[in-house]
Amino acid sequence: MNTLEFTLLVGLGSFLAGLLGALTGLGGGAVLVPLLALGFGVNIRYAMGASLVSVIATSSGAAAAYVREGYSNIRIGMFLEIATTIGALVGAYLATRISTPAIGTVFGLMLLYSAFVSGRNQPEHPVVRRPDPMAARLRMPGTYPTDEGPRSYNVASLASGFSLMFGAGTLSGLLGIGSGAVKVLALDQAMKLPFKVSTTTSNFMIGVTAAASAGIYLHRGFIAPGLAMPVMLGVLAGSLLGAKILLRARTQWLRRIFALVIIALGIQMIYKAFTGRL
Amino acid sequence: MNHGSTWSDEKTERLIGNLLRAGVLASALIVLAGGVLYLVHEGRIHPDYGTFQGESAYLTSVNGVVSAALKLDSRGLMQLGLMLLVLTPIARVILAAYAFFREGDKTYVVVSLIVLAVLIYSLVGSG
Repeated sequence: MNTLEFTLLVGLGSFLAGLLGALTGLGGGAVLVPLLALGFGVNIRYAMGASLVSVIATSSGAAAAYVREGYSNIRIGMFLEIATTIGALVGAYLATRISTPAIGTVFGLMLLYSAFVSGRNQPEHPVVRRPDPMAARLRMPGTYPTDEGPRSYNVASLASGFSLMFGAGTLSGLLGIGSGAVKVLALDQAMKLPFKVSTTTSNFMIGVTAAASAGIYLHRGFIAPGLAMPVMLGVLAGSLLGAKILLRARTQWLRRIFALVIIALGIQMIYKAFTGRL
Repeated sequence: MNHGSTWSDEKTERLIGNLLRAGVLASALIVLAGGVLYLVHEGRIHPDYGTFQGESAYLTSVNGVVSAALKLDSRGLMQLGLMLLVLTPIARVILAAYAFFREGDKTYVVVSLIVLAVLIYSLVGSG
């Protein structure tokens, strides 16, 4: 396979990953690294570099739309980005130190976790029993648009959200992914934000988090432009198209299939890591 | 968006949205241009990403990438586009800091500047 064929195939695969990621809301980043590492024999560190820059592209592209609609909460996002960016630095440093099989194993577990999370049903508007006074002092409670007009919401446990976000950042830097699954966990499970606010705020944060690892990835030679080029362009085109057709598509069955694909990739990553073929 | 009454919130949202869109578009175009050059020059060679050696030294620093791109080196151009993409969220944080400053929200100016410091450290200080 020469570079032209390789580039076109990787571009096509990335396009499909971006499309499915946007349609299912699971993000394409998580499947990119296994696609490149298992499907194309790319070393996992180059795969992570290409994946990380693509994550920034899709996050910025999608965030541009969400910010305008008034779902994402900029104060919550910015405050928690302190945790995610510092976590991302830690994760990126770890990625330059720990062995390939170790990264592969953590990656596989992360994939299984993402698939598990995608199967849960989240309440649209969770009840906050004990609003966090610290969050109120930081002016975090807000409103978001619903069919019946703007609806206000409160914020629970900022401290546990903050710690989870540090973990999300570390995973993002360690694996070259957006780790949206952990971010959403922090926002809707720990802080009890409404579903739409947590998913859009998470998306909004992913780009900034990834940018914090990107510098380290660049200096350590993880970002190979010839590989990152088709990945980034493919994922971006796929996710933009996905966001366009999302409004018309029924995605429940697609989510299930994609979750199965993610589980299969997760198991394969762990298997290859343990048999030393990654 | 928490406090819709202040004038700058809506304006900030619009600015941030436009900034993100423009940044992504510009970077995609530069990456695409570099990619076309790259495939014209090196399309027939066999790629090798199987073992990790680290990218060539000139493509791992901001200065190296910019000077390679100015010489229209195809990898330099692609890497410049990718770096521009990394700068997009950084510009977003700067814009948010400015917006919080205009609103007189000192706490969040400090919050934004902490995030900005971490990002700048990663890009220039971590090498």
